[in-house]
Amino acid sequence: MPRKSDVGAKIEDVGIEIDGDVSDSEDDTSRRRGNRRPTAGRGGARGRGKKPADEDEEDEEEEEAPRNRRGANKKKAAKSRDTDDESEDDTPKRRQGRAANKGAANKKKGGKAQDNDEDSEEEKGNKRNKKGATGKKGKEEETKDKKGDAKGKGKGKEKEDEKDKKKKKKKKKESSSDTDSNTNSEEESMSEGEMERLKEEVEEKKKVIAIMRNKPWRMKRRLVHLKECQEFVDKFEGALGKGKGRKFYAYKVMMTKKWIKFQRDFENFKTTCIPWERKIKEVESHFGSSVASYFIFLRWMYGMNMVLFGLTFGLVVIPEVLMGLPYGSIPRKTVPRAEQSTAQDYSVLMDFNGYCKYSVLFYGYYNNQRTIGLLKFRLPLSYLMVGVGTFGYSLMVVIRTMAKNADVGGGDGDDGEFTFAWKMFTSWDYLIGNAETADNKYASITTSFKESIVDEQENQKDENIHLRRFLRVLANFMIICCLGGSGYLIFFVVKRSQEFANRDDLSWYEKNELELIMSLLGLVCPPLFETIAELEEYHPRIALKWQLGRIFALFLGNLYTFLFALFDEVNNKLEEEVSIRNASIWAQKEYYANFTLYNNDTDTTPPPMDPSDVIRGPCWETAVGIEFVKLTVSDIQVTYLTILIGDFARAVIVRFLNYCWCWDLEATYPSYGEFDISGNVLGLVFNQGMIWMGAFYAPGLVGINVLRLLSSMYYQCWAVMATNVPHERVFKASKSNNFYMGLLLLILFLSLLPVVYTIMTLPPSFDCGPFSGKAKMFDVIMETIDLDLPAFLGTLMGYAANPGLIIPAVLLMVLAIYYLNSVSEAYQHANAELKKKMQMARDEEKNRRNNTESTDQVMKDLEDLLPNRSLLPPAPPPETGADNKADQGGKSTKVRPGTAGKDVNLQKDVSLSSPNPNARGAVTRPPGPRGPGPLPGNGQQGPGGGPGRGRGRGQPPPRR
Amino acid sequence: MGNKQTIFTDEQLDAYQDCTFFTRKEILRLHGRYHELAPHLVPMDYTNEPDVTIPLALIVSMPELNENPFRNRIVESFSEDGAGNLSFNDFVDMFSVLSETAPRELKAIYAFKIYDFNVDNFLCKEDLEKTLNKLTREELSPEEVTLVCEKAIEEADLDGDSKLSFADFENMITRAPDFLR
Repeated sequence: MPRKSDVGAKIEDVGIEIDGDVSDSEDDTSRRRGNRRPTAGRGGARGRGKKPADEDEEDEEEEEAPRNRRGANKKKAAKSRDTDDESEDDTPKRRQGRAANKGAANKKKGGKAQDNDEDSEEEKGNKRNKKGATGKKGKEEETKDKKGDAKGKGKGKEKEDEKDKKKKKKKKKESSSDTDSNTNSEEESMSEGEMERLKEEVEEKKKVIAIMRNKPWRMKRRLVHLKECQEFVDKFEGALGKGKGRKFYAYKVMMTKKWIKFQRDFENFKTTCIPWERKIKEVESHFGSSVASYFIFLRWMYGMNMVLFGLTFGLVVIPEVLMGLPYGSIPRKTVPRAEQSTAQDYSVLMDFNGYCKYSVLFYGYYNNQRTIGLLKFRLPLSYLMVGVGTFGYSLMVVIRTMAKNADVGGGDGDDGEFTFAWKMFTSWDYLIGNAETADNKYASITTSFKESIVDEQENQKDENIHLRRFLRVLANFMIICCLGGSGYLIFFVVKRSQEFANRDDLSWYEKNELELIMSLLGLVCPPLFETIAELEEYHPRIALKWQLGRIFALFLGNLYTFLFALFDEVNNKLEEEVSIRNASIWAQKEYYANFTLYNNDTDTTPPPMDPSDVIRGPCWETAVGIEFVKLTVSDIQVTYLTILIGDFARAVIVRFLNYCWCWDLEATYPSYGEFDISGNVLGLVFNQGMIWMGAFYAPGLVGINVLRLLSSMYYQCWAVMATNVPHERVFKASKSNNFYMGLLLLILFLSLLPVVYTIMTLPPSFDCGPFSGKAKMFDVIMETIDLDLPAFLGTLMGYAANPGLIIPAVLLMVLAIYYLNSVSEAYQHANAELKKKMQMARDEEKNRRNNTESTDQVMKDLEDLLPNRSLLPPAPPPETGADNKADQGGKSTKVRPGTAGKDVNLQKDVSLSSPNPNARGAVTRPPGPRGPGPLPGNGQQGPGGGPGRGRGRGQPPPRR
Repeated sequence: MGNKQTIFTDEQLDAYQDCTFFTRKEILRLHGRYHELAPHLVPMDYTNEPDVTIPLALIVSMPELNENPFRNRIVESFSEDGAGNLSFNDFVDMFSVLSETAPRELKAIYAFKIYDFNVDNFLCKEDLEKTLNKLTREELSPEEVTLVCEKAIEEADLDGDSKLSFADFENMITRAPDFLR
């Protein structure tokens, strides 16, 4: 036995494993259910729930055990002890489980001695049995037979008996319409059933392998067990499948193996591809998980933006660059003559005018040619699809991540029944690896304990709570005032900027007033909120959420004010456009007229106008795109400068001026900065909102954003490690980042609105962009349907777009939402109900166990007195040898199942097992204490006071 | 890290991957860390599964555990001999359970083991007091400690035996919002 050393393991381990088993039991039972349906079914039929029945089974187990145990149990003592423990520890639930899986239990006893864990023993027992069963019914079947008819317990069983039983069993099986009920003749059914069994066995092993890592075992044991299981699977998997299906089955098995291997390799590859893992871990260990959660979020955003970047650049920008008309070929791709002199100035380029404006970065550059290049790439269609797809993909990813997170987050810790216990067991952040952080953590834990103690002792002072409530109301009032004030300020500035728009003599400040004010608000308000929030005295995690919510409201107000201002501008431009369009056409005509006049011949077609001379419209889409790009860039600048000045400069000053300063700079006032989680997260979220809104009008924005995220990962990692100190109140990030994700989803939705609005309602500019010349942007789709798809599809689409169809569809969706919502509510209700019930059951059980300690003891004694229980003679060595032989025989035949040699093997098997009952027969003891023994056959194998009573608990009979 | 010379055979790596929550690379990295702890004790070649253990004092000095108030208990609960000597198997086991991907149930089991200072399969008052003192660096007064422990037991103990069995513990811990890693 490879695991001998386990025997020496302490009882502690054993106990733990038992407990572990209980916790695992769901999983186990389900597995068993799958595998042993026949057994369970029969058990149910026999009314197994009752106590006597249980005992009965225990008996049977015991009785079965020695026989199965042939397999060389050298560690008798240890085993018996363990099993005894186990039986004591059994909760009724567990016992039921065991009753239902008696076969399993039997095998367990026969399995490895020192293992207490039911599963492992089961597996091992199974395996052993399998091998011993010589490719036939197998011992397991026998076991079941025995269980099936209790009276058949005669000890010196002959082979005929066995066979009889088997037949009976078979019949039973058939009648109960089990898996093999479809077999025709008995002979057939045996091979079939055996095959079935083997298959189940293999499946089970595979499952075991799959969940191996979840078992609370020692690694060595896991490794050994794994190896055994794998060997088993390897050995017998090939034997499955028969006749024609065999080759196919073997092929399937091979492919599955390859597939698993591939999956693992892929998994390995995937983890290597996750970037910045170590960087983040480092931050995590220095600052606790809350700061790390920001970086994880940042990384996630980077991943998402990479996909968006791939979409936009792969399907829009690069095709345009490669296959579209070059710069300067048509008006929309040329800088107008008036601007050409300044088009390369740095200041102009920084404002994204000049050459930037007429580049592939912006909407206006794209041509409305239906197809471009040799490949006939439909750029306008692709442009629209990518715009829509960006939103679709983002929505999908965000929602999927949220669902996944919600799935992981199991704890619903809103009921306050475990304050102290939770504080005690879960307050340490196991990721902390930095002394200073650890100090802070210790301090904050101590404080929180003290707080709870005070709360508990004083049972919440009334005046205190009133004061606190008052303070909270006050704080909220102040913050609402701040929000209102900032909203008004932006409104005011926007109004002013519209006035400014009509003037030319603007100072730098007046030009950038809006952006400046917005950045300033974003800079000033969050710390203000934080200061105000101090009044509220929330737990830092809750405080963080409040803070996030408030800043979110602030930013949102700013963003939407900005948007409305933008829409105003767009409407103005649209009005302007009409006149310009006329002027443009007029100018064109004039040009041609002049040309003919000048050359005096009407025959030659005039050369086209120079593209830079054409009068063009304002192209509001590009204007919008530029606004967003400018906003994004200024946001990046502000963020980076804030870090550089607010954190780095401060840290440098504090560090070096500390040598020559009146007071201790590091410990007191300026100190080092803390990492501002809420501000950074929201900055990221809002930045993403801008990207979503702006990406349609400025495809290059996504690229800028990817660069930003990439640089900010390194920059902020450096900044946080170099200049920041851990939070004074270190707290753990909540289980899932769903709060961040929720914000992101909200922003996504809010940025979806304006974009969809513009796509659906505003007419595109007449002379720029991929949709120019169309009444609406989505006409591109109509065009494609009409021109490229078969006619019937067009008509089909026409029907589908009919309001008569759309309205019912919308109605249906609303109904479906309503229905699903109510269903989920019902589930929640049921869930709560079940939880309550479980709690009640548990309490009841506990109570019963406590109150009926004495009766329970009696029961235990009774169990101990069960004849076979207390006396399991150790398997004599010769038997082991015999068993081994049997094993070998079993193996050899098992490889070729379903052959005619079955009967012979069976006999051999039985005869081999017969010595065991004989040995037991020697020990006889009156079954008196058991009262009306449900098993008539018990007397024969009744245990005597033989030396073999190793079953742990000393001498059961006297104990009574 | 380990491609120059064979540290594990492919079968070993596969087996470790089946038994833990780690990938191949992580296992190799773990071996690297293990090797670093005691270069003179631990061989680079693990193909023949040498029987080597590293004493508690060395393990505890790892930065991952260095600041943890329960470091000794953690190492002890994962060591096969209970005294804190870790073989490589135990070492991998420990980090596998502590890793992010390990399921709650498994963590609960080991957490229970860790908090069970006197190894009697119950969290009794003594255990709780020790836990608390480690958590707060003994900055609470004895009365406060007693109070907190009593409260904690009162809250979580369902069967009224004034100590926490694993069932109690699990019931309590799996509902905790903070029980994550």
